[in-house]
Amino acid sequence: MASLSIKNVSLKFSAHHQADVIALDDLSLEIPDGQFAVIVGPSGCGKSSLLYLLAGLKEPTSGECCIDGRLIEEPGPDRGMVFQSYTLFPWLTVQKNIEFGPRLRGMPQIERETRAKEHISDVGLGGFENHYPNQLSGGMRQRVALARTFANNPDVLLMDEPFGALDSQTRAVMQELLLDIWNKDQKTVLFVTHDIDEALLLGDKVFVMSSRPGRIIETIDVEVSGPRTIDLITSEYFISRKKRIMALLHDEVIAAMQL
Amino acid sequence: MLLFLGWCLATYGGFINHNFLPPPHQVANAFIDKLFDGSLLKHIGVSLVEIYTGFLLASVFAIPLGIFMGSFRIVAAAIEPVVNFVRYLPVTSMIPLLILWIGIGLEEKVAVIFIGTFFQQIVMVADVSARVPRELLDASYTLGATRSQVVSRVLFPATLPGIMDTLRVTMGWAWTFLVVAELVAADSGLGYMILQAMRGFHPDVIFVGILVIGVLGLLTDTFFKWLRNHYLPWANLH
Repeated sequence: MASLSIKNVSLKFSAHHQADVIALDDLSLEIPDGQFAVIVGPSGCGKSSLLYLLAGLKEPTSGECCIDGRLIEEPGPDRGMVFQSYTLFPWLTVQKNIEFGPRLRGMPQIERETRAKEHISDVGLGGFENHYPNQLSGGMRQRVALARTFANNPDVLLMDEPFGALDSQTRAVMQELLLDIWNKDQKTVLFVTHDIDEALLLGDKVFVMSSRPGRIIETIDVEVSGPRTIDLITSEYFISRKKRIMALLHDEVIAAMQL
Repeated sequence: MLLFLGWCLATYGGFINHNFLPPPHQVANAFIDKLFDGSLLKHIGVSLVEIYTGFLLASVFAIPLGIFMGSFRIVAAAIEPVVNFVRYLPVTSMIPLLILWIGIGLEEKVAVIFIGTFFQQIVMVADVSARVPRELLDASYTLGATRSQVVSRVLFPATLPGIMDTLRVTMGWAWTFLVVAELVAADSGLGYMILQAMRGFHPDVIFVGILVIGVLGLLTDTFFKWLRNHYLPWANLH
């Protein structure tokens, strides 16, 4: 369990013979322990870059990212990440993919096998232990990717549009699955998406991000009593918030296009 | 099969002088003669030792260097200019120099094959390594892998199918370089046998040499295919 804080972070890309691209501009954000936070924003607003900074895969041009007050300087197993593209290791079976993280740390074989089995059944893939990723559908691959990240028992989950490449029915199932798993141990999550329904359904807190350069333009609390299910999307409460976010993002997209 | 029928027709039908294109039975007889006087096996043995020594040496160095060159910019900057320069020099043009320097024995053949394949392999492997998706490496880092673990447990297995293909292709080239080297100067080997047969005007023996090289190439290729199917079954899933 852990909290994340982002303090005055800017990120600039310098390309040869081109003007610098400012991906993030003086962005600050606090995510307390155990919160499911979602960033929603238009494509290319730098929301993925923010996750890469927190993962330690990129370095900010200025400002700092911290986990539990410690400066993030490099990637580590305390911050698990699920990517939009399929990142399973194609030469490993489902079982071995999920064992990858625990194995790196030298967990005994029997223990990691038992643990992998549990996570496989959590994502409903019992019977597919010995399949290779290329034998699975897109939705199944992302379920394995979830299981692989959870099996590594990170303090924080960073999710970069993990369901973005899936069809909407599969996506809905995946969202419920994620909530189910998350409810078990309520880790700190930062989830990035451009899908407003997804943001509202999953997030306790939704940060709306502007077009490039990315800044947080609004923070919306989503308080739901009882379990979160797909039905909530058509409730009054959700629709009013959805309208608000749509209006904000609409202006942002228009602004981005006129640049 | 068609090729063989055409060969029979052209020779037994009397369309082509047997001195230029010997009929199949004559080639078969030459094969049996050479087999039983032991010279064929000796030449095959010499050629195989030369080609495998050169090829294995080249591969052992080219594979790791290629992987690093494709994935680490510093390594690429250090060796790419040299590699690309040498790569465009035809190795056959270096044979006279190599003969002057190291003679016409095993070492020279090994050197020819090494130079001919190493610089091609390294570029091909670097290309394979550069095409490993960035996200695959990123995912490994977020799972807690150190840099060396990423190389050994992710980069290496991810490049294996591509490496296998590279080896298969460059092995074919290695045969060409070997035979050329043996044709230019040698005292044994299949290329030497072919050259001697030309001097003594034994086209049937030339055919034996060519066919044996073809069969050996086919066997090597089958071996590489087997390796891939047996050890990398995942790479053949669509």
